Amino acid sequence: MSILVNKETRVITQGITGSAGLFHTQQALAYGTKVVGGTSPGKGGTKVEGLPVFNTVEEAVRETGANASVIYVPPAFAADAIMEAVAAGLDLVVCITEGIPILDMVKVKRYMEGKKTRLIGPNCPGVITPNECKIGIMPGYIHTPGKIGVVSRSGTLTYEAVYQLTQLGLGQSTAVGIGGDPVNGTNFVDVLKMFNDDPDTEAVIMIGEIGGSAEEDAAEWIKANMKKPVVGFIAGATAPPGRRMGHAGAIVSGGSGTAQSKIEKMKECGIRVAPTPSEMGSTLYQVLEERGLLERCKS
Amino acid sequence: MNIHEYQAKAILAEFGVKVPRGKVAFTVEEAVEAAKELGGKAVVKAQIHAGGRGKAGGVKVSKSLEEVEANARELLGKCLVTHQTGPQGRIVRRLLIEELTNIQKEYYIGLVLDRSQGRLVMMASQEGGVEIEEVAATHPEKIFRETIDPLTGLTPFQANNLAYKLELPQDAVKKAAQFMMALYNAYVAKDCSIAEINPLVLTAEGDIIALDAKLNFDDNALYRHPEIVNLRDEDEEDPKEIEASKYGLSYIALDGNIGCMVNGAGLAMATMDTIKYYGGEPANFLDVGGGASEEKVTAAFKIILSDPKVKGILVNIFGGIMKCDVIANGVVAAAKQVGLDKPLVVRLEGTNVEAGKKILNESGLKLVAADSLADAAQKIVALV
Repeated sequence: MSILVNKETRVITQGITGSAGLFHTQQALAYGTKVVGGTSPGKGGTKVEGLPVFNTVEEAVRETGANASVIYVPPAFAADAIMEAVAAGLDLVVCITEGIPILDMVKVKRYMEGKKTRLIGPNCPGVITPNECKIGIMPGYIHTPGKIGVVSRSGTLTYEAVYQLTQLGLGQSTAVGIGGDPVNGTNFVDVLKMFNDDPDTEAVIMIGEIGGSAEEDAAEWIKANMKKPVVGFIAGATAPPGRRMGHAGAIVSGGSGTAQSKIEKMKECGIRVAPTPSEMGSTLYQVLEERGLLERCKS
Repeated sequence: MNIHEYQAKAILAEFGVKVPRGKVAFTVEEAVEAAKELGGKAVVKAQIHAGGRGKAGGVKVSKSLEEVEANARELLGKCLVTHQTGPQGRIVRRLLIEELTNIQKEYYIGLVLDRSQGRLVMMASQEGGVEIEEVAATHPEKIFRETIDPLTGLTPFQANNLAYKLELPQDAVKKAAQFMMALYNAYVAKDCSIAEINPLVLTAEGDIIALDAKLNFDDNALYRHPEIVNLRDEDEEDPKEIEASKYGLSYIALDGNIGCMVNGAGLAMATMDTIKYYGGEPANFLDVGGGASEEKVTAAFKIILSDPKVKGILVNIFGGIMKCDVIANGVVAAAKQVGLDKPLVVRLEGTNVEAGKKILNESGLKLVAADSLADAAQKIVALV
């Protein structure tokens, strides 16, 4: 078991003829993901990697039975691409694109109200259920199937956590990058709920960073609801206030959203926080050992 | 992106937001000319990209042309230190010469993104002219909020709600509501990321005007606002940051002595944190991005080394899409071009890691290899 994606997930690539879309479609196919087609307006009727290309998502869904899409469309067109996928009734849309204007995402979020589609991202590495389905830009080979859920705002820190887990013999159920933008489709609490309900996830690593209050909200939720151990890490303790640290959402403004306040809140809510990013895996290992869960989690 | 107060006021005025009459001046002569047009009296306001100018002596009420001249002379070229500039301060190169305002009462109006709701929120308070963060911390009940549905935009009734909560005189309520509608329109049309009017002023004549104005813009949306990009003042930015932006690198200068080059924003922040954790101080934030080329890596390396404070460099790469051999080639090329004479610690992991390590080992460069981020941070801290 896993969350969000598995070997039954049928994926189309929006922007399949672009360089990023093409490269990552090849990588996903090589990993074993069921990619069933793609879209690229004006190139309908052609083929890429043996896959049919359509002009619109609606047509792609009708012809291929896809239930998920991944978006590699340039930022100026990405918000519209998300709405197109939502309108076509997909269950899951993963938007990798970085640099979408914030107000475009405010509109997208409003558009999605009451619709069934779940959006992951934008500005995220994607979602992977090891050995079953890889949607996104993460290097597949560092992952191992197992029982640990990973959720993160940062791409490379997700890889770092996954790599450490794999080295420690702790496989992953699903790793989800929720993205570094201030307005996104899925937040920590959404993913934690899914991991909490997933019988094959035993514990979770949650990786946050400065800016906003999503980590604080998640910590409160964990304290009240989470049945499984959660280990955390927050990046950006040394970030100067008022500066955007790469990610559009990683900014301390008006004294709120600091790493210190997030770490304190998490500790207050019973979450073990790794002191350095090198210790995300080992901190979880220790917690599992203390709770007698280690053997169940070893891959 | 940040702009100056006078630029923000010009943008807001286009949308019907009331602002005092004024003009920018780059020289003492221009300041005096501008004051003449205003009838001889004026406020001389230092234009820097930082708040807290009033308390730092950067805003001077001048009752005569002689005073305007003296104040302009004093401020131009002065290094202004406010609580937002840091101890190094900012050099004043531009002044706003503005008409005097008869202030009856000061208020606050702000428009920001509420991240948890994914919507814009307009905030208003009677506590104007002070730090709104302080009000939020000590008297949150004194800040009124209206959450805005992007489908309708700020509605007149919402603006009215806020205006009434400010307990403005009846005549001023309508003006304040119109002011808020205009501010919202400007925010959306120009893709702002923050708009703050602090203070908003009720004048003795019963007008509602923006005495100060701060606008920040969403960097992601600048591609559709060339008119905003034109307002960029490179004097307000670190030259290393300007150079980095030419290569699409995300670089932020800091005060420490350990230069960092990392892929991914989260990992770059975490690398800085780890250096600090082991007793060092990072000199910069630098994310080379996911698809960096050898050329980009070389540029990044040169920018780090152009900082005279840098005494050592830590390269931390987790290669996913970014291949370790590409990074290694970039590091070697840059180190050779600039004649690297400072300690270099490299931690490579991920795609093509063996090829990357081989390139570094065979390069003849004096570098220290590390196995993990913690190991790398400890090694570079020990070396500088």
